Amino acid sequence: MTAGAPRPVTEGELNALVDGRLDPARAADVERDLAASPEEQRRAADFARINAGLHALFDPVLDEPVPEHLRRHPPTAWHRRPWARGLGAAAAAVLLLVVGAAGGWYARDRAIAQRQEVAAILQPAALAHRIYVAERRHPVEVRAEEEHLVRWLSNRLKIPLKTPALDPMGFHLMGGRLLPTDRGSAAQFMYEDRQGRRVTLYIRSDLQGNRETAFRYVQDETGVGMFYWIDGAKGYAVAAQMPRQELMAIATKVYDDLEK
Amino acid sequence: MANDGADTDLDRLVVAQIPHLRRYARALVGDRDRADDLVQDCLERAWSRLGLWRRDGNMRAWLFTIMHNLNANAVRNAKRRPGHDPIDEATFHAATPPSQIDRLELNALSDAIRALPEEQRAVVLLVGLEQLSYEEVATVLDLPIGTVMSRLHRGRERLRRAMAGEPAPSLRRVK
Repeated sequence: MTAGAPRPVTEGELNALVDGRLDPARAADVERDLAASPEEQRRAADFARINAGLHALFDPVLDEPVPEHLRRHPPTAWHRRPWARGLGAAAAAVLLLVVGAAGGWYARDRAIAQRQEVAAILQPAALAHRIYVAERRHPVEVRAEEEHLVRWLSNRLKIPLKTPALDPMGFHLMGGRLLPTDRGSAAQFMYEDRQGRRVTLYIRSDLQGNRETAFRYVQDETGVGMFYWIDGAKGYAVAAQMPRQELMAIATKVYDDLEK
Repeated sequence: MANDGADTDLDRLVVAQIPHLRRYARALVGDRDRADDLVQDCLERAWSRLGLWRRDGNMRAWLFTIMHNLNANAVRNAKRRPGHDPIDEATFHAATPPSQIDRLELNALSDAIRALPEEQRAVVLLVGLEQLSYEEVATVLDLPIGTVMSRLHRGRERLRRAMAGEPAPSLRRVK
């Protein structure tokens, strides 16, 4: 190709040259054209300096150790920040589940549907919530006043259990019950406030897959919401019929108390 | 627990991008904690939607797209509130300067980046720092490529004037 007279370099060409986005032949042409215009040449050099400056300023971030809470599926991160700040994050994790006529919970999100562990916590927790929250005379199997409640359920689930203190939110522990799972045992604790609203905490310790999930929120069409999370073999779900933010405060307290 | 969550190939693809997401977020929002919050929000959304990601897709562009959308929402919300968050000067000035560019120039550049209009800052950083192709930037920001190019050029012009010590007329200093 013969070199013709220099022509003005366009903005697009100048930027593409700086960013190394031109093939070598084209780059050579543009550089030759640039040589005819000292001002454009300075501009290109300055743009290149900007790129170098950006790297000088921010490349050190690449060498920083990645904080542990960013490396894993997120439950651990909740220690770090209050839920109020996590509203956006929680919104990001919102998945609307619909309760079908048969009573099953169907995930709309394929990513979730594929994870059997999630179904293994969601479905039984939702079912147990619906059944026992409606129970007037026998909402719990063992009442909170009975000292052996926690020890008994800990033994059956083979993990040390604790009952989170939800008194700051106005909820007192009514008691708990042992529930069957397809592999072993699960526990449900129930709380109630003065207006008779009930919250259940469902725990199972026999999940497979050993993964961790984010703190997630689902809601059924009757307005029952549930925050749930998985930590290895352990799965937790906090369910109640109340505004999401209120339930979030409760779920956060549950999480914090269990992690203590 | 030693489990770092990277237990599948997909997870590993995501984890590999974390340093880049952190670098971009730091440059975009300035403050270290807010930047990591943005990264965390981005990762939470990414983990929860990983099943929707196409295996033949561009993981990097996908993650940057999520981050861009989250940040755009955050910026919109912040505009409705009065007041500004203080800029964390330390995060800018702690980096090691290269020998060719002096400290004063770098300080001027970091201030000028903060003062750039959000839309230009994103383009300048995605191209110049993260080295995304123009096409990838257009995808990430959901813009025509012509708009990407003009924002890139205008953003760089502003930075250039600022580095040369010329105050740009509409340059807003946030103290």
